[in-house]
Amino acid sequence: MTPRAEADRLFAAFQAAGAVPVDTDILQPAEILLDLYGEDIRARAYVTQDPLRGELMLRPDFTVPVVQAHMAHGADPARYCYLGEVFRKQDQPGTRASEYLQVGFEVFGGPSPEAADAEVFSLFTQLLAPLPLRAVTGDIGILMAAVRGLSTTAARKTALLRHIWRPHRFRALLDQFSGRAPRAARPLQPSDAPLIGLRSTAEIDARIKALAEDAATPNVTAPEAALLYDLLSLQAPAEAALTHLRGIQPLLPAIAPAVDRFEARLTALKSRGIDTQTLPFEASHGRTTLEYYDGFVFGFHGPDDLPAVASGGRYDALTAVLGAGASIPAVGGVIRPALVAQLRKATAC
Amino acid sequence: MLKIGVPSKGRLMEQTFDWFNARGVTMRQSGAMREYAGTVEGVPGVGLVLLSAGEIPRELAAGRIHLGVTGSDLVRDKLADWQSQVAELASLGFGHADLIIAVPAAWVDVTTVDDLDAAAAAFRLMHGFRLRIATKYHRLVRDYLKRHGVADYQLIDSQGATEGTVKNLTAEAIADITSTGETLRANHLKVLDGVIHASQATLYRSLTAPMTDQIASDLQTLLKKLALPHAP
Repeated sequence: MTPRAEADRLFAAFQAAGAVPVDTDILQPAEILLDLYGEDIRARAYVTQDPLRGELMLRPDFTVPVVQAHMAHGADPARYCYLGEVFRKQDQPGTRASEYLQVGFEVFGGPSPEAADAEVFSLFTQLLAPLPLRAVTGDIGILMAAVRGLSTTAARKTALLRHIWRPHRFRALLDQFSGRAPRAARPLQPSDAPLIGLRSTAEIDARIKALAEDAATPNVTAPEAALLYDLLSLQAPAEAALTHLRGIQPLLPAIAPAVDRFEARLTALKSRGIDTQTLPFEASHGRTTLEYYDGFVFGFHGPDDLPAVASGGRYDALTAVLGAGASIPAVGGVIRPALVAQLRKATAC
Repeated sequence: MLKIGVPSKGRLMEQTFDWFNARGVTMRQSGAMREYAGTVEGVPGVGLVLLSAGEIPRELAAGRIHLGVTGSDLVRDKLADWQSQVAELASLGFGHADLIIAVPAAWVDVTTVDDLDAAAAAFRLMHGFRLRIATKYHRLVRDYLKRHGVADYQLIDSQGATEGTVKNLTAEAIADITSTGETLRANHLKVLDGVIHASQATLYRSLTAPMTDQIASDLQTLLKKLALPHAP
């Protein structure tokens, strides 16, 4: 099958699963994508200049325009699917495509988020079944709940949550807050330079106060920090991971609701025929920049030299950011039909 | 003809000429002082191309010149995955300049990039847009800030007089080349800890320029004369 035929097959399957096809512009306003993803997306997306509309981007993904369309005039619950090219700059010479088809499926609303998670994952599993792929799941909601449950200041929790998608920086902050990394005592050097620029004296004073408060804050206790480090590196089959999380729950009670949701999701997955005894779970899966997932996450991986064949997850917070106050639970994922076609050819299935 | 691209004016051109002259390769601007053409003596088959230093990386990557002298900052900023397009043959020991981030000296609470990240988060909440950093070194600065996990900033393009952008309220911070720091001080700015890139004039070889046996042989002769690694 050609990539296009494979795309058509998947697109038809998503429609058969009840999704309404949606179309989005290829040229997207850059501003909203930059505000969401930050400056890093400039390295990945093609930015162009329109004489009237300003900076535009060649669609780097469908999620943002699909969410916008739904927030503007969608029903609840709603299922959408889409098929089209996305564009990603590649900074290294090689075989990675800078323009490729994506077929996606998104579920908005509905009575049970966990049932919607399971619906999306089992549909993807079914469509990709004949291929030799390794599925991985995760749940960023558990990590976020653990951070919110730390016995430390709101400022520190906010700092950790802000960097949850930047694992390296998150780790550095956690090391600092738990005393694993030495905290350099830096007396502030006074300056008699005139203040220039937009950032005001009040803002500088506020940060000086925040620094003093942070310096006076005791470290995150060793047992609590150990739990968080343990959680970051948790990799186990899903049921074993659940047992492990239930084991640490008495020590970190704040994660209980998130673990309950995890359990409900496993039950929903089981009822759809997914073997949760063997399903791989990695607590840190999906924590990469240019992502926005804040709950269930998944990926389907082929050989190591290929990008993920399919990936997705829950992004409730994104709908709040784009919804101007309104928000709606949302979960979905995308498949790259060219990679499916390539693997099908290689394995003759 | 083996083509070598050299900066077309100023100190950088003079120092490049001096470096080659000291090794028995004489470079000369031909004709009038302002004519952008030149000659190379002392080795056979080498042609001089005088170019803006900023265009030399592109010409090397396109394979229109075989060798080129320019700042290592320009190669790293203008070429994606630069090592796959050019090879570094020699650091020439002049044209030193550091690419740094500078903020208002009155920001006593900001001395590191981690501080900048925290200030950017608060700034965005207060002002409703991402903290602006003016620069012309987009790739180097973005890669550096990404490596250090800085968020809530935006890069503003500034091709000159970058030190003035903060006072003019078009940026909150800058990322620019400095050698002595005097212009920064005069504009009430201070340097954050950590250098993004310590640049100097460097001789590069294009990995894409078309080679004939003759050009390859002339290249070996030139490299030998310059006492640089060459095939026996």
